[in-house]
Amino acid sequence: MTTTGTPVNNGVNVQALLDARTALVDAPEGAQFTWRASTEWVGGTHSHSEVNGFFGLGGEQAHRSTFSFDADHPEVFASEDNGATPVELLLVGLASCLTAGVAAVAQNREIQLNSVKATIEGDMDILGILGADPEVRNGFNGIKVHYDIDADATPEEIEAIVAQSQKRSAVFDAITNPTNVTVEVN
Amino acid sequence: MIGAGHTGLAVSHFLTERSIDHVVIERGEVANTWRTERWDSLRLLTPNWQSRLPGVAYDGDDPDGFMTMPEVVGFIDGYARIIDAPLQTNTTVTSLRPTEDGYEVVTDEGIWSAPTVVLATGGFNLPKVPAVADAVPGSVEMITPMEYRRPEQLPQGGVLVVGASATGIQIAEEVHRSGRPVTLAVGEHVRLPRIYRGKDIMWWLDQTGILDERYDEVDDLVRARNLPSPQLVGTPERRTLDLNALADQGARLVGRLAGIAGGRAQLSGSLRNKCNLADLKLGRLLDTLDEWATEKGLDVELDSPHRFDPTKVDESPPLNIDLTSGEISTIIWATGFRPDYSWLHARVLDRKGQLRHDAGVVRDAPGLYRIGLNLLRRRKSSFIHGAEDDARDLTDHLIAHVGVGAPTH
Repeated sequence: MTTTGTPVNNGVNVQALLDARTALVDAPEGAQFTWRASTEWVGGTHSHSEVNGFFGLGGEQAHRSTFSFDADHPEVFASEDNGATPVELLLVGLASCLTAGVAAVAQNREIQLNSVKATIEGDMDILGILGADPEVRNGFNGIKVHYDIDADATPEEIEAIVAQSQKRSAVFDAITNPTNVTVEVN
Repeated sequence: MIGAGHTGLAVSHFLTERSIDHVVIERGEVANTWRTERWDSLRLLTPNWQSRLPGVAYDGDDPDGFMTMPEVVGFIDGYARIIDAPLQTNTTVTSLRPTEDGYEVVTDEGIWSAPTVVLATGGFNLPKVPAVADAVPGSVEMITPMEYRRPEQLPQGGVLVVGASATGIQIAEEVHRSGRPVTLAVGEHVRLPRIYRGKDIMWWLDQTGILDERYDEVDDLVRARNLPSPQLVGTPERRTLDLNALADQGARLVGRLAGIAGGRAQLSGSLRNKCNLADLKLGRLLDTLDEWATEKGLDVELDSPHRFDPTKVDESPPLNIDLTSGEISTIIWATGFRPDYSWLHARVLDRKGQLRHDAGVVRDAPGLYRIGLNLLRRRKSSFIHGAEDDARDLTDHLIAHVGVGAPTH
């Protein structure tokens, strides 16, 4: 708990989230969201993706502006390195999701954060994606996230915030649990 | 009153005390669920001193022991006789529907009409089995704790126990000890030691007032009502059974069962976090208990405070198990229970089939009450001794309801 008299402000409107939770329990159809991205091949292993519209709260929604992402592979893969690799983007997704969760949980527990830094690593044996060893999986063998957090709280409270953010993280769930993926071609 | 378990009988006691004419309808015998739907080795999670019902306390010579199921049945049966409950046993209710002035209760022994009805039918009528059970290969046997009695019932070979509540860990331990190697799929769980600083954990929860915490004082009621039962076992040795104890005996801990595809059980990679959450929560509870003990000046008479080892999780627990390989012969679904409301013909259920109620007062159904659910009115609601306060409160409400305009009989 904070020891200062000033109100805790991590910039997360927890009350709005709690109100939304109450409202959506009574109107669960509004809780059905669809997230989207569109990706276009540029050339080589380089692709350009954009996100803007999504569906939720019973209707079409949009970001304030279109966000775009370039993905490619580094030169050691004989690529031009026009962007992060897709697996790095996945790590970014996980670390961003957990970090947003840290802020929200801390706000809800009235703990002031001063700084939060995550470093994330995913180990991979690329014999899998090269098709060189059928017993090696394509994906990560394991992912490690390390947090450095300065907050007005005890080490146990900080640890509990990080644990809770994993519990409520969409990307943590998406990575640790299987998801059916359907890919169609027109 | 529908159901002659400990909660129904507790309400019956207060109704009799207030001279309210009533009948207790029971599908089988008194304490039917305790008699017929529990495994052989099960004992109560609460010590004997805590086994009390309105007007009757435990008076045996082993207050710190834990009742076996026959002892529980004897205790509740004895209670029914002491309070002279107006029983109608071996009578199954097939339908309850609202009428103009109350409810019509249809049974296989006739029809009752009553201005008020209390549902004391227990919270554990049906096993909750996840939909992925449909994808389990036919070569693997499946069983729920309602049918499970003892390890010898199961074929030889490996057993996947899904769920790490009190039920899951107790069954996992005895099955593993029987020579059937157990893999335990662990999701969210509640870790508790049996004994802390020389006292039973139930003594702590009782003395500190935690068990008396009311439903309207709890932070997140939905979450609290849906928590799995704590990892506890009642044994004569009063020992702690947690995930470390199971792992030390050779049982394998894996992540939550997330899916089954192509004959493979897919296990979540969240095991470390689930264990960490439970360890942290236990640490916070022990901090609270220690602070309370210091405040009450009990540090001299109690053993010294200490902390339990963190739950040991393998570096890389397996993420899937081939269910077609023969490694797993049986899956035990220790994934919880739910009440059976299929006979309830009233608009009182929510979209998930749960009863809508405010602390046992059923919504939009004047005169209809529910007792005997997890955290119905208090944290202790699901324990035997928790029936008393809930039953008294609901009887008060019921009498006030009958008093205002409803026809009496």
